[in-house]
Amino acid sequence: MTAGEELIVLEDVTKTYRLGEVDVRPLRGVSVSIRRGELVAIQGASGSGKTTLLNLVGCLDRPSSGRYTLLGRDVSGLDKDELARVRHETFGFVFQNFCLLGRASALENVELPLLYGDAPPRRQRLARAAEMLERVGLGDRMTHNPGQLSGGQQQRVAIARALVTHPSVLLADEPTGNLDTRAGADILELFLKLNAEGLTIIVVTHDPAVAAKTRRVILVSDGLILGAAA
Amino acid sequence: MNAGVALALASRSLQRHRVRTGLAMLGIVIGIAAVICMVALGQGAGDIMQAQLNAMGRNLLMIWPGAASSSGGISFGGGTNASLTPGDAEALLREVPSLVAVSPVERTRGQQVIHGAHNWTPQSIQGVGETFPHVRDWPVEEGEFFTARDVTGSAKVCLIGGTVAENLFADASPLGETIRIKNIPFRVNGVLTRKGTSSMGSDQDDIVVLPYTSCLNLLEGSSFDDIDQILAAVETPEQIPQAIADITEVLRARHRLAPDEVSDFRILAMAEMASQGLEMQKTMSALLAGIASISLLVGGIGIMNIMLVSVTERTREIGLRLAVGARGRDILQQFLVEAVLLTGLAGLIGMALGAGISSVLADAMGWPFKLSPQVMSLSAAFSCAVGVFFGLYPALRAARLDPIEALRYE
Repeated sequence: MTAGEELIVLEDVTKTYRLGEVDVRPLRGVSVSIRRGELVAIQGASGSGKTTLLNLVGCLDRPSSGRYTLLGRDVSGLDKDELARVRHETFGFVFQNFCLLGRASALENVELPLLYGDAPPRRQRLARAAEMLERVGLGDRMTHNPGQLSGGQQQRVAIARALVTHPSVLLADEPTGNLDTRAGADILELFLKLNAEGLTIIVVTHDPAVAAKTRRVILVSDGLILGAAA
Repeated sequence: MNAGVALALASRSLQRHRVRTGLAMLGIVIGIAAVICMVALGQGAGDIMQAQLNAMGRNLLMIWPGAASSSGGISFGGGTNASLTPGDAEALLREVPSLVAVSPVERTRGQQVIHGAHNWTPQSIQGVGETFPHVRDWPVEEGEFFTARDVTGSAKVCLIGGTVAENLFADASPLGETIRIKNIPFRVNGVLTRKGTSSMGSDQDDIVVLPYTSCLNLLEGSSFDDIDQILAAVETPEQIPQAIADITEVLRARHRLAPDEVSDFRILAMAEMASQGLEMQKTMSALLAGIASISLLVGGIGIMNIMLVSVTERTREIGLRLAVGARGRDILQQFLVEAVLLTGLAGLIGMALGAGISSVLADAMGWPFKLSPQVMSLSAAFSCAVGVFFGLYPALRAARLDPIEALRYE
């Protein structure tokens, strides 16, 4: 595997589901390709389908039609368990609301993904979790609960958790949405740093200012890709 | 996810919600404790009855004279007919193959027994045969029982029960001492083992036994040789029905009864009466355990309730776990292990509590305290089964969650 190879290829992907009597089509035919090492923003207004797109890319959901090739493998037709495995091995997720376990320490939160798949022994899990917390600059906050951490710190814990499985791609859904400008800027700095180290990152945002920090912007509107601003 | 990780996860989650965990466990704790108590107490009661049954003699048959009746057909009541003789007893032993020992019994009541400055009126003074310890399954604690020669010779010997020994001799040994009944001196050959209170409530140790011949000839001075009762022992309780039939046949023949005449004696098998009581007691304790297990069911429903609340409350957490690569079955396992850990732990506490309560109760009632390992392991298994059964539905609900919807759940 080399930098620049095509990691994610979506071909005419749609998503349709029924909501009561109505068919909702958050994605109406999207084709996009993302290469290893890219830092991409998916930008769009709320309801544009950008989160649905991210869920499809992250294998949290399956496309209704079209083809999704991940690392050269067609993953459009995988079942739930296979998708779970792909998520575990390939992706790290960062959410707008952090999604940390409130009663667990930062270390335990970061350890969480390592419990699944082929779980290494506890000692190794904790060592890897500690290493990741160091990497996001929280080496001195390992035993703190999320309640004892600031928003920015909580999001760093979430990022450490996303990275602990050494994923190929980091998927972030409005990672700065719940943070003040300063903490948001820090998180974006961290993303830039991680990207510089070779990590592929996809950020979903409605905020053009956030998108402007990335190297490639995919504009989504009404379930379609409008264009790519570089 | 391997089992160790699942267990660690579950115990961590239970530790994080101590109060809820405690409350959820309470129902199972009470349920298991109640079942253990009921079974343990039921077994204690059963053992007491069994012991009483054994004290009476499981293999014992009692033969009483029948009711005498006047020519006008008025019954004078059981035992009024002087129809049994020591000869009947000998004939029974000779002719009924299932009988292993036979002893005539002649009772005297209201006699004062005197030793030195002490006197005592025992509840019963019985003249019996030398086979009495065997027939009644009532060994001698100290000394020797009297012999066949003592019986033939109407010897002035006797044995006394624990209560009599206590009242006449206090702490001194009664062996070889002389007691006087109706001013006739009897040498105390031994003391009978204590039997305690009978199921009817009388003190069985308040007794003096002597050769029935001595009782007939010396105490009663009777020229008749009719006796009050014949005790007969079979080898095993199963032989009792056959023995009753055989005894009836032999006695009817000896008493020259015509086929249409009613028997002038009655045969009573203590074992049969007692085993009926035992059956009833078993039914009762099964019923009580059944009622107790209803509280276990209620406790199980409580567990299901708590687990459902927990699943709903942790929907986002489940979504997160699914997002980072947990499969449905990992989530299922996590919640199931949590439920089983909860009920298993509650079961252990309930077992300890139940054992404690029933030992205190047994102590208070003077029953033997017994905890059968079967009941313990059964209730441990049962409480885990309750966890699986009532934890399955909430766990399935958790496992079937869609990651996207779960993550979005507020």
